[in-house]
Amino acid sequence: MKPHIKYRLGKSKFFKAIVILLSTLCTVPLFLILFYILREGITRINWHFLVNLPKPVGEAGGGIANALVGSLLIVFFAALMAIPVGVMGGIYLSENKKSRLANLTRLAVDVLQGTPSIVVGIVIYFWIVKPLSTFSALSGSVALAIMMLPIVVRSTEETLKLLPASLKEAGLALGLPYQRVILRIVLPCGFSGVISGIILAVARIAGETAPLLFTAFGNPFFSTNIFKPMQSLPLLIFNYATSPYDEWHDLAWGAALILLLWVLLLNIITKITTRRWKIQF
Amino acid sequence: MMNVWKNVKIKRAFHQIRMEKFFKTSLVLIALSILILVISFLLTLVVQSMPSIKALGFGFLVGKTWDPVANVYGTYPFLLGTLLTSFLALLISIPFSFAIAIFLGEYFPRGWFSEFLKNSIELIAAVPSVIYGFWGLFVLVPLVRSLEIKLGVTPYGIGIFTSSVILAIMIIPYAASLGREMIRMVPSSLKEAAYSLGATRYEVIRAVILPYAKSGLMAGVLLSLGRALGETMAVTMVIGNTSLIPKSIFDPGNTMASVIANEFTEAASSLYLSSLIELGLVLFLVTVVINLIGKRIIKRFTTE
Amino acid sequence: MENTILKSVDFDAYFGENHVVKKVNIEIPKNNVVAVMGPSGCGKTTFLRCINRMHELIEGASTKGKMLLNNEDVYEMHPIFVRHKIGMVFQRPNPFPNLSIYDNVIAGYKLNGMKMNKADKDVIVEQSLQKAALWNEVKDSLHKKGTFLSGGQQQRLCIARAIAMEPEVLLLDEPTSALDPISTSSIEVLLQELKKNYTLIVVTHNMQQAARVSDKTAFFYLGELIEYDDTKNMFTNPQDKRTQNYITGRFS
Repeated sequence: MKPHIKYRLGKSKFFKAIVILLSTLCTVPLFLILFYILREGITRINWHFLVNLPKPVGEAGGGIANALVGSLLIVFFAALMAIPVGVMGGIYLSENKKSRLANLTRLAVDVLQGTPSIVVGIVIYFWIVKPLSTFSALSGSVALAIMMLPIVVRSTEETLKLLPASLKEAGLALGLPYQRVILRIVLPCGFSGVISGIILAVARIAGETAPLLFTAFGNPFFSTNIFKPMQSLPLLIFNYATSPYDEWHDLAWGAALILLLWVLLLNIITKITTRRWKIQF
Repeated sequence: MMNVWKNVKIKRAFHQIRMEKFFKTSLVLIALSILILVISFLLTLVVQSMPSIKALGFGFLVGKTWDPVANVYGTYPFLLGTLLTSFLALLISIPFSFAIAIFLGEYFPRGWFSEFLKNSIELIAAVPSVIYGFWGLFVLVPLVRSLEIKLGVTPYGIGIFTSSVILAIMIIPYAASLGREMIRMVPSSLKEAAYSLGATRYEVIRAVILPYAKSGLMAGVLLSLGRALGETMAVTMVIGNTSLIPKSIFDPGNTMASVIANEFTEAASSLYLSSLIELGLVLFLVTVVINLIGKRIIKRFTTE
Repeated sequence: MENTILKSVDFDAYFGENHVVKKVNIEIPKNNVVAVMGPSGCGKTTFLRCINRMHELIEGASTKGKMLLNNEDVYEMHPIFVRHKIGMVFQRPNPFPNLSIYDNVIAGYKLNGMKMNKADKDVIVEQSLQKAALWNEVKDSLHKKGTFLSGGQQQRLCIARAIAMEPEVLLLDEPTSALDPISTSSIEVLLQELKKNYTLIVVTHNMQQAARVSDKTAFFYLGELIEYDDTKNMFTNPQDKRTQNYITGRFS
């Protein structure tokens, strides 16, 4: 072989090696983080940890029951608001590809998707916290619903767009009314895509902290009143992690592991739904 | 037999026709309300930052001192902090993102390791930012501190550099997954043409694949940048939160997002609050514009 | 004509500026099979889709003129009623993939939200599948998904689904073009059975098929109805030069 060609092949191999090395390196910090959270968190998690309230500074032990319930409630109400609006919005966009309103709405959804989460918190502070003159779980849910909305709209639109037009035509040609064709044929056929978009969106907002800082605010006590401040897992982690007390750090590690597991679980469910519920055409 | 049902069918249809109108109207109303939501979102930010815009004008963006006690609101330190952390993060993450994009898009599109890598990248995007911040605070900060001692700079541990590293990890998936898709879209006929001329794999990647996927890769970088600019929690936890202008990348500082997160609920005077909102408005406009440009590029690339 | 069921009067159809069906006047007699043929792009499918108002679903599409079903203009009725009276079968079989065979047949009722008892549903399903000559093949697997059937069976399922609604007219848009020869011939035999109860309008680009299955044939060319006659006359003694060219294969 000529030395020139040898040089070129060598360069090619070298490049490939670099690519493989860098790609593999990327997984290192991820697994360091997962490992560290698991190591620090696992020793703190037990039944006591899940059902008790945090103890005041200086006392060891305590749990995160208020944050767990708070997170579930805040995320639940956020989903309750975002899912119907998001799915209907996605239906509108997939059904009206070229209308002026559709283009503007699509732009609006893109804007929302690019909005930093902290800014959402600011706006909801003025929409809900100030008028009610109290921080509240409800305002936190609205903020998270706004974070969720673009993901649900987009995934619904993309899913429904890919369904063959013949499906809709078959329904309409039977004399079925439009809403039945959409809700009973088109939506069920795109079910896996729509549902995985929703779960992904829930996973996204479950870990959000910034929009809750000025809305749900956090609460060291147990509360299920959505018109009052409420604790949530990410808020608890943030507040306790940045505190100077070791006992609180311990709680935060445990909470971090729970949050991580919950987000991972949602992501895995997303994967499974996309794979299993594919409808054959 | 069927005729019995015919009458029911007709009665039913009148009801359905009314429902059809209702359904179509509600679809339009919902699309409209999403639009109105976003417009009022922007208006709220503008209206609430008016006091600060009026009182401070352009000095807001160039003023070098942020001292709420003295009622002085110059945001230059935060703009600098945001730009420094974001671009440093981008600089660190791009080689990794592109490596993954090429790895999954060209070298190994299939196989268990590729699946593993792909899932890992998705996982990086899924981990909540508060967890990155927490980990950074307890693991990365001590590491950076010992590095700083070796380098002979003040060993804060926290600061611009630490934030950039955390951000770099967090934004890898954005450019990586988009880049992978774009590289996959390179027509194989182009690649084969280059191979048939005797090009090596590397030469094909450099001369055919990267130029073809250039704009797509660029869009991925923009989306990463948008994410980095707006990221709040992880940065807030490790940047040090000082309003002084950072002299080096190892100094503590503040970004636009972190200063809002830290000071919003404490802002007592209305001008203080308003200037924080104006900061939010600037952040909003910058990230949205960057995101929209990125999306435009993707759209043009994929419909070609 | 005495027993005309469907009649179009100066009917035009457009895609935006594009004039695709031009001043078509045609009368369809009851209980006949009428074939609509012509080279691709001649407007035959568009015309068919105008009859049950499917054409207007496409963005920018519009129509002009009258389409009379039993002397009533379908363009003055609500599309839902029109489509109850005029069923349609498409080029590619399109059973609902989320429904079983049973539910596919009854889809027009079920998805409408009509409450029916099981016995009535059973009767409709069996009768419709019988008429579509599919009953014997699927009676033991009614609760399997319709998409597991072969192409020809799927198409017959779609026919059963359409006739379950008891339409007066059945439109078939190249119903066999996606099927193999054996399935094609079974559908063609079925059409002869169906015309006892329904009026069938079949779009086809296959001349032999038109000759085999239809009582009357319409020839479309560049959006115009060139010739419309009894099938036998049309193929043995075409009046128009263009029809003659088409039949003898001089263009397609």
